[in-house]
Amino acid sequence: MKRIDCLVALVILCVSTSAASAVDVPPAGAAACSGCHPVSRWAGTPFTRLVGRPAADIVTAMQDFRGGQRPGTVMDRIAKGFTDDEIKAIAAWYAKQKD
Amino acid sequence: MTQRHVNRRDFLKRTAASAAAVTIAAPAIAQNAGGRVVVVGGGFAGATCARTLKRLDPRTSVTLIEASQTFTACPFSNNVIAGLRDLKAQQFDYKKLDADKIVVTFVPAMQVDAGARAVILNNGAKLPYDRLVLAPGIDIRWDGLPGYNEAAAERMPHAWRAGEQTLLLRKQLESMNDGGLVVISSPANPFRCPPGPYERASLIAHYLKTRKPKSKLIILDAKDAFSKQGLFLAAWKELYPELIEWVPLSKGGRVTAVDPQTNTLTTEFGSHRAAVANVIPPQRAARIAETAGVADKTGWCPIDPVTFESKLQQNIHVIGDACIAGGMPKSAFAANSQAKGCAAAIAKLLAGEKPEEPRLINTCYSLVAPDYGISVAGVYEPRGGVLADVKGAGGVSPANAPRSARELEANFANGWFKAITEEVFG
Repeated sequence: MKRIDCLVALVILCVSTSAASAVDVPPAGAAACSGCHPVSRWAGTPFTRLVGRPAADIVTAMQDFRGGQRPGTVMDRIAKGFTDDEIKAIAAWYAKQKD
Repeated sequence: MTQRHVNRRDFLKRTAASAAAVTIAAPAIAQNAGGRVVVVGGGFAGATCARTLKRLDPRTSVTLIEASQTFTACPFSNNVIAGLRDLKAQQFDYKKLDADKIVVTFVPAMQVDAGARAVILNNGAKLPYDRLVLAPGIDIRWDGLPGYNEAAAERMPHAWRAGEQTLLLRKQLESMNDGGLVVISSPANPFRCPPGPYERASLIAHYLKTRKPKSKLIILDAKDAFSKQGLFLAAWKELYPELIEWVPLSKGGRVTAVDPQTNTLTTEFGSHRAAVANVIPPQRAARIAETAGVADKTGWCPIDPVTFESKLQQNIHVIGDACIAGGMPKSAFAANSQAKGCAAAIAKLLAGEKPEEPRLINTCYSLVAPDYGISVAGVYEPRGGVLADVKGAGGVSPANAPRSARELEANFANGWFKAITEEVFG
């Protein structure tokens, strides 16, 4: 019985650890970007790579696409689907991604 | 696997007896440490979902069931038909998924036992799951068009699943005499790749214009409107005047029967005897969806817009062309976007957490000529129980854009294919 209690205590410890480091899912919209913007360095595409890019750059680009200050092909249409807060969350998430 | 269940149940009983606090946290470890996800279908949806799940939580055991060792992509297969691209450029394997520690099994899935939470394979193997992802793509409705069946498809290819059918249509065009009539029949909504028939018509017209200029192409359509219609019609007038004729539903465009013996397509208004006939028939979610009980009477699969879980069966998620995704079209981009949303939801569910609301994107490029691209884009959110368009976002390329903009979009179309296939298979 004592052994089982120890096991239980150990497991509870593990549980708390795993609950604290919950699954880190990207913020809403971020995962969709990589349909075009390559995560890999070797995709050989004309699209800007977002991984590791400063958050401020991404925010400015998205806001300029949305407001029409920066001409786009599809990004002007896509940026209109995101609020400032959503853009900031996406930008912060890409900025902290590493190769 | 049974042993593991018993152990878990025992464990839960013991922990519940020991401390009340554990009852909240216990489901997280009970499922997360041994979370088993089976993904059926290794296309843009299934392969993306499998890889994303493994990246979000390496402890999740992910098995991908796929009948074929080689994946042949549909996007850009119209370039193959028009002689602009090799079929090999469309083909990918699953070696990188192996390297991700995803168990890839090349055996067709035959049945789903939703009650027992297991997938039954063609070789009799039974794969238990905590969460099942069905990404099976489409099946042709062989009963959907009188005269059209699998034998007829050898004479009148559909080429709507890329591979041999793509090459067959290309060969028929290559052996056609100059001055021949090409007929494409386009189905009613919904179907895989809404702008696909019109991109195909465009690129075949490009082939005819450059190689067989006396030929003609007729599109017999079961609809009065289609994706990027204004852009396509304007581009056809500019690039292929007198070559393409589009016959909408209201002008008798709906094909009611075909005869493979004479290569004839019949409409309510008459019949067309084609030199080359490309019959794009009605479709539905692939058979495994019906077997699993996740397809409704439309033949497609209703889903929860946050988790992609079936509205008809618990613990089964449906993504890609097979699902009813509200405003999202059945496209490779949409499938990839849904797959990542679904993987995030499943990772959260396995961890005993509440899934977050996804924001999904679709972008579909179409080539009207090799250097002339147009696009449609959309942003989607769960609203009113479906994935609805975010208002004010999305839309098609501008009308009257300069030719340089069309060239840029053609370049981006090529870049998109490289980026997405690198993410899914590279």
